[in-house]
Amino acid sequence: MVEIIFGYFAITILIISLLVVTSRNPVHSVLWMLLLFFHVAGIYLLLNAEFLAATQIIVYAGAILVLFLFTIMLLDLREEMQIQRFTRGWPAGLLISTGVLIVLITGLKGFKTTFVGQWDIKEIEEATHTKALGKVLFTEYLLPFEIASLVLLIAILGAVVLAKKKLKT
Amino acid sequence: MVPLHWYLWLGSLMFCIGMAGFLIRRNIIIMFLCIELMLNGVNVNLVALSHYMQDLRGQVLTLMVIAVAAAEAAVGLAIVIALFRNRPTVHVDEITEMKG
Repeated sequence: MVEIIFGYFAITILIISLLVVTSRNPVHSVLWMLLLFFHVAGIYLLLNAEFLAATQIIVYAGAILVLFLFTIMLLDLREEMQIQRFTRGWPAGLLISTGVLIVLITGLKGFKTTFVGQWDIKEIEEATHTKALGKVLFTEYLLPFEIASLVLLIAILGAVVLAKKKLKT
Repeated sequence: MVPLHWYLWLGSLMFCIGMAGFLIRRNIIIMFLCIELMLNGVNVNLVALSHYMQDLRGQVLTLMVIAVAAAEAAVGLAIVIALFRNRPTVHVDEITEMKG
């Protein structure tokens, strides 16, 4: 049963990602991406990561994609859609990514998980996923968490500075 | 129980589709979307490994990746707007001002 659900999510994700890459209209790409993020959230739910599934939907679908849509609507892209979609060197790009895929797949063939951590699924279910994740995040990984907040702050400042109109002196 | 390798293959395929899109598309907004696609492939791999290794570190790392993706989207789209103000195009082939 779980295999069927995983198969549905995986096949849909792959089809949608091909559509994102190939569709002519950027708005269509963004909307396909929205559907893709929901399916990735489904994959997270299959992996018992409820908090991450919620974060995926709130941050990616709710914030990042809306930002993309706003930007597309600020720009006038009607003429851009008429021009050809792909670069002249597209076979080279396809070749490179296929090569990377082959390397990844062959590398994964011999991969085994030998390390076993202390958070097995029973323990996470007992503590609930959010609490378990918060416990790890706010004790062991407090410094990376603070650095992530700093990264976001700098990104806000950078976005404001870059997108602001130059003041006439 | 779904084997771990299925998740890893799915993540790798997403990463490579995103990479192909980044290399072959000319529209800079779709190139940013492809970066998001690649980051999502990495996230799927991280969460799958975290689940199968019974450790939460991968999921903490996924949260960091999501934060960095949000920052990258904000800065990248601000650059697109600044670029579009100077010359009205989003095609990367036509942006050659930085060429020496």
